[in-house]
Amino acid sequence: MSKSAEQIVTDLESVRSGFGAAASPEPVLTVRDLDIVYEVAEPVHAVRRASLTLHRGEILGLAGESGSGKTTLAYGLNQLHRPPARIIGGSVTFHGQSDGDVDVLALEGESLRTFRWSRIAMVFQGAMNSLNPVISVKAQLEDVFTTHRPQMDAAERRHRSEELLRLVGVDPSRITAFAHELSGGMRQRVMIAMALALDPELMIMDEPTTALDVVVQREILQEILRLRQELGFAVVFITHDLPMLLEISDRIAVMRQGEIVELDTAENLYFAPKHPYTRRLLGSFPSLTGSTGDFVRAGYSPEETR
Amino acid sequence: MTTLTATDLSKTYLLRSGLRFSRLQAVQEVSFELSPGRTLALVGQSGSGKSTIAKLLMQLERPTSGTLLLDGAPIGRRGRALADYRHEVQMVFQDPFASLNPYHSIGHHLLRPLLLHGRATARTAPGAAKELLERVNLPADDAFMERRPHELSGGQRQRVAIARALAPGPSVLVADEPVSMLDVSVRLGVLNLLARLQQEEDLAMLYITHDLATARHFSDEIMVMLRGRVIEHGPADEVILSPREEFTRRLLAAAPEPATNQRFLAEAQRRGVPMPDHLAHQEDLG
Repeated sequence: MSKSAEQIVTDLESVRSGFGAAASPEPVLTVRDLDIVYEVAEPVHAVRRASLTLHRGEILGLAGESGSGKTTLAYGLNQLHRPPARIIGGSVTFHGQSDGDVDVLALEGESLRTFRWSRIAMVFQGAMNSLNPVISVKAQLEDVFTTHRPQMDAAERRHRSEELLRLVGVDPSRITAFAHELSGGMRQRVMIAMALALDPELMIMDEPTTALDVVVQREILQEILRLRQELGFAVVFITHDLPMLLEISDRIAVMRQGEIVELDTAENLYFAPKHPYTRRLLGSFPSLTGSTGDFVRAGYSPEETR
Repeated sequence: MTTLTATDLSKTYLLRSGLRFSRLQAVQEVSFELSPGRTLALVGQSGSGKSTIAKLLMQLERPTSGTLLLDGAPIGRRGRALADYRHEVQMVFQDPFASLNPYHSIGHHLLRPLLLHGRATARTAPGAAKELLERVNLPADDAFMERRPHELSGGQRQRVAIARALAPGPSVLVADEPVSMLDVSVRLGVLNLLARLQQEEDLAMLYITHDLATARHFSDEIMVMLRGRVIEHGPADEVILSPREEFTRRLLAAAPEPATNQRFLAEAQRRGVPMPDHLAHQEDLG
């Protein structure tokens, strides 16, 4: 654990900005007025008229509290939502590099199955527990290929799986390990390797580092930024940790009660937040090095009653 | 008031893998003191031994060696003496979704410790429970007492867990990552609550966390652990602002902090403005 701590880069910016002009102006995904409703006894409008454009190679942060709709929105992007959730309006268009535009919401059956993971891959929330505990890492990685690339033979699958592990910084000899034999950070790396397997143009990462401690979290973030630079995929990064998003994202969307209340570059959001909720979210994180001000132990605050 | 003193605490776990045994030194020769009205923060990576220390203090684990003294006297290990110890030392657990029993009402969670620790009689207990709810800023009425954990938000649950820990009237409180499972916007509220209760009650507090920023803001002293050992221990601001150990510096460097990020520093220069102080907007809340 401490060995890896030695690799920490003090400033994530040096890794992030390596991408040069970061995102190209060419879009990879366009979401227009997406509406998602949970059709329960009292319908919950979880995502309201969400619109955003994601550029090739861009990291878009999606910030908000639990229940703000950020995960629902992300699931809607490749139809992973399940009843009672239903998309009642809007469009999601994926702009493939080789095969042009894909109307994601119109996909179904076999075409949806092949679209998922190969074009838009996901790293799920609680990835610590997303690996199957009773089969090996090898079996889980190779499963992606047997499903999506049936033409590959066993040797190729094995080779590609090991290559993926190397790519995310896991010793390929660990390929026979089971989830419980890996540390939290390694499990997370394996999840990322799995998401990278089919060379997706877009990765959706739902709280990928939430259960990890700060040092391991930092390593994983560095890894994600480095891989983006190498492979050029775009990222939708979901978390409630706004300071972390500010450091890694090109642009950030702040969600509240299903609505995107503010969408701007990380710089604009940090220096000139427009929406009161954004300011409030920014104010929820005590600064490590700044003055402690009158914030320290304010005792009773009106917020307390929440 | 009461002071809890730990001297050279060590805990070694015996691990078995098939026929082979190995030892894991989870905590090695850790010494500290929890004194009234003061908060000691314990920070470190996962697996550094933070939670083992909490378990040792709560007597959920026995130390392999070392001593725990409560006001200079050896602590009770069993029976009546252990109950007496628990009057004084209580804990708030990390996960309020797991630490409250889903079958029992909020009232039950508060009445039990009040009765078991002799803080109230069957007649006075409901009133005392409501008083506890009031102190943690929860609605102090019968309707709330009858609710069950699943009907509450994470922040409310953690407040109930805090009220429960306060029920025996402890003088030492161990809080193991009390806000890491909560939404960001309610975290500061719960920490502020703990800080206020501590001041009101003159509690001695151990705040276990991996969030260095809140460790700095809510404690007097910080203790940094690495692989079971305390490698740095000092006043909160000193440890954060001028760390002596390389590892502490690494831990600090790993925490997300836009204010020290080159990109935002450059942007501040470009805009010709100082770095923004977002905490000043705390008043905009609500």
